[in-house]
Amino acid sequence: MVQLLFFYFALVVIGLGLRIVTCKNPVHSVLLMLLLFFHMAGLYLLLNAEFLAAVQVIVYAGAILVLYLFVLFLVNLREEIKMSPFVQKGKWAGLVAALALLITFLRGVFNFTLGPHGQYTIEKVQQITHTKAMGEAIYTTYILPFEIAGLILLVAVIGGLALAKKEDKGA
Amino acid sequence: MVHLSWYLTVSAMLFCIGVFGFLTRRNIIMMLLSIELMLNSVNLNLAAMSHYMEDIRGQVLVFFIIAVAAAEAAIGLGIVVTLFRNYRSVYTEDITILKG
Amino acid sequence: MNMPIYLLVIPFFPLASFIFTLLVGKRLGEKAHWPPIIAVLTSFLCACYAFNQVLHGTHINADLYTWFASAKFKASVGFLLDELTAVMLIVVTSISSLVHIYSVGYMHDDPGYYRFFSYLSLFTFSMLMLVLGNNFLQLYFGWEAVGLSSYLLIGFWYHKKSASDAGKKAFIVNRFGDFGFGLGIMVVFLVFGSVHYDTVFAHVHEVVGQTFNFLGMNFDVISLMAILLFCGAVGKSAQIPLHVWLPDAMEGPTPVSALIHAATMVTAGVFLVARCNPIFSLSPAAMNLVTIIGALTCFFAATIALVQVDIKRVIAYSTVSQLAYMFIGCGVGAYGAGIFHLYTHAYFKALLFLGAGSVIHAMSDEQDIRKMGGLKKYLPITYFTFLMASLSISGIPPFAGFFSKDDILAMAFGSPVASGKFAWFVGTVVAGMTAFYSFRLIFLTFHGEFRGTEEQRKHLHESPLTMTIPLTLLALGALAAGWVGVPEVLGGENGWAHFLSPVVGHPDVHLSHFTEWALMVISVSAGIGGIYLAYLMYMVKPEIPVELAQRHQKLYQTLFNKYYVDEFYNATIVQPTINCGRKVLRGITDGKIIEGIVNGVPGLIGRFSKLLSKFQTGRVQHYGSVMAIGAFILLWIFM
Repeated sequence: MVQLLFFYFALVVIGLGLRIVTCKNPVHSVLLMLLLFFHMAGLYLLLNAEFLAAVQVIVYAGAILVLYLFVLFLVNLREEIKMSPFVQKGKWAGLVAALALLITFLRGVFNFTLGPHGQYTIEKVQQITHTKAMGEAIYTTYILPFEIAGLILLVAVIGGLALAKKEDKGA
Repeated sequence: MVHLSWYLTVSAMLFCIGVFGFLTRRNIIMMLLSIELMLNSVNLNLAAMSHYMEDIRGQVLVFFIIAVAAAEAAIGLGIVVTLFRNYRSVYTEDITILKG
Repeated sequence: MNMPIYLLVIPFFPLASFIFTLLVGKRLGEKAHWPPIIAVLTSFLCACYAFNQVLHGTHINADLYTWFASAKFKASVGFLLDELTAVMLIVVTSISSLVHIYSVGYMHDDPGYYRFFSYLSLFTFSMLMLVLGNNFLQLYFGWEAVGLSSYLLIGFWYHKKSASDAGKKAFIVNRFGDFGFGLGIMVVFLVFGSVHYDTVFAHVHEVVGQTFNFLGMNFDVISLMAILLFCGAVGKSAQIPLHVWLPDAMEGPTPVSALIHAATMVTAGVFLVARCNPIFSLSPAAMNLVTIIGALTCFFAATIALVQVDIKRVIAYSTVSQLAYMFIGCGVGAYGAGIFHLYTHAYFKALLFLGAGSVIHAMSDEQDIRKMGGLKKYLPITYFTFLMASLSISGIPPFAGFFSKDDILAMAFGSPVASGKFAWFVGTVVAGMTAFYSFRLIFLTFHGEFRGTEEQRKHLHESPLTMTIPLTLLALGALAAGWVGVPEVLGGENGWAHFLSPVVGHPDVHLSHFTEWALMVISVSAGIGGIYLAYLMYMVKPEIPVELAQRHQKLYQTLFNKYYVDEFYNATIVQPTINCGRKVLRGITDGKIIEGIVNGVPGLIGRFSKLLSKFQTGRVQHYGSVMAIGAFILLWIFM
């Protein structure tokens, strides 16, 4: 059962990924991305990480993609649908590079051994719910990165404002 | 029983799709979207590893990556907007001022 | 430190005067001659005192200052005072003082007045350091320093191209000799481990028979040392084949010629051989070489002097010839005799030069004797002193030259060195030639009718006191200097040889009194014969020389052009060097190779960077592709 679900999610993810990078219409790409994120969330659920799945949908699908859509509408590309989505020169270099990287990664995937196991076994996580497990880790050992992540978001807010502001005419 | 290496394979393929997209799309916004794809693949990798090593730290890292990806997307798109304002184009072949 | 003050004063007062005059002289103007004259007269008095000390048996050999000592090699400034040094000190300081005084009158209106005197002081300092040194390194220092002073003084009127060329020629030709000299000092150090005279001369007996292996050939160490050291002497004392600089050196002012190229610098070579007599005495090869070169140069220079028409050139070739006599003396083992001739020659040769300077001064800088004549009634003192010097150089008793020249000839005749008799024969013939050309000079310059222009006749006048007083003093020397070495056959006790024998030893010569008398008669007759022949040819029948020149055109031209030696050197050494410099060094190594590298490397970098800049397309995807490929390569290597 789990295997079937895994295969479904995995195949859809990869298929959607391929379609995203080859689609002419960028709005279509973004919408397909939305679908992809949902299936990623499904994969997370299979991994017993329901908190992550929720965060994925909320943040990625709900916030980031919306932002992308806004910018796409701002840019207003009507004529792009008629042109090739790919770069003129260097298309093949990109393909070659990607395939090379793929081979390298696969070689790594099948040739490594797992390190020492930690103490959050699957049963324990299932017992105290994933959210609580995450909370236990974040708010004790990783409190500092947590604060820094908050700072990064603050910077992003300010940066975004500064970049997208309209220029002052006259002073 | 799903083996770990399957998850890792999926992650690797998704990453390479993201690389391909980054290297071949004309539109800057599509390039940024490919970057999001790469980030997602990494997230999947980490989550799978963390599950199979029975350690929560991988998933904590995923959490942080999602947060930072959001910030990065915001800033990146802000830059694209500024570029669009100055060059009236979001295609990479039109913006080559770093040419040596 | 047992270095007495008077010994330190001798070289360092002239040094101080050199620096002082050079810095302050311009402001002193006309009075710029006072510091050098005071300094050199003080040195002379101290030299007399030193001589007196040596007469009473004082010997000093001490290092004043060690510059550096590294392993076995010790470079130091040290002074050695023995009989030989004492004699040289007297010669150098006395002649230098007289030349200083003479220059006051001679260089009177010259714009470089103070510069001249400062250079004279520099020269005096250098020569004194050379003579006083107690190690080869200081000798070499003095050697080079006198070469430098000579260059500065020969090219004193540097605006004249011939003068600056002559200065360069002197320095460069000397360099050839100094190369051998430097090698000789290095061999000395290699063999003895020290360059101090006392160490070297004490151990020289131990290395007799040792050989030095160089490129597969074995050289006797002592001969090698002696011959290399002699190379320096050949250069400095203008013997064949390095004699070419001395006649050209006459471009310098006449007091310079008197001081440097007659009495002191050129005698440094003889001094070197005399000082190194322990080394030379143990090498028959070197002694023969010195004697033969001396004999050949003697003859060669005298023949050229027979036909020269520049008053200073005649005297210059005469100097080369007389120096050769000194080398003959040293070469046959009679170092004392050689130094004796050095001492007497200093006086009469300096006198000849200063007298010539007086003539030139009177003739408004004319030096061609064909344009002179009958000057004896205008320049009586000059004429009289010049005559005394010429009698001395011709070897007429009781003048000084007779005693010293005869000493050398007698020693050469009786010497066990193989080439001694040959040298005696050549020396006697040349004695005749010497008398001949010296009196030719007198007859053409001072006797007969005046052959110059009316302008010159109006300016003819005797020189001022500053010039005539040194002339007179030198004439006294030319007369009486030899009286300290009167040989036993004539009733004297030869105080000279006895005085110097602790340093130079006694030559191994035993001649019967009859032989000595006979030799003396032969040489004096040669001298008188030469004088009479000159009288005949230039006073009684002046058409003879013209006829002889006509009949033997080729011979006359060869002699007049100095056997074309300069032209030969020019063609074989100078021009090839200049061409090599221009075509090879400037054209190829400098032009193509070095310029090629200096221009080529930036050019290459430029082209390469233009190539690299094509990678910077400005397209993000290209950069990204490169990054991805790089990441792939790295991962592949590290996995």
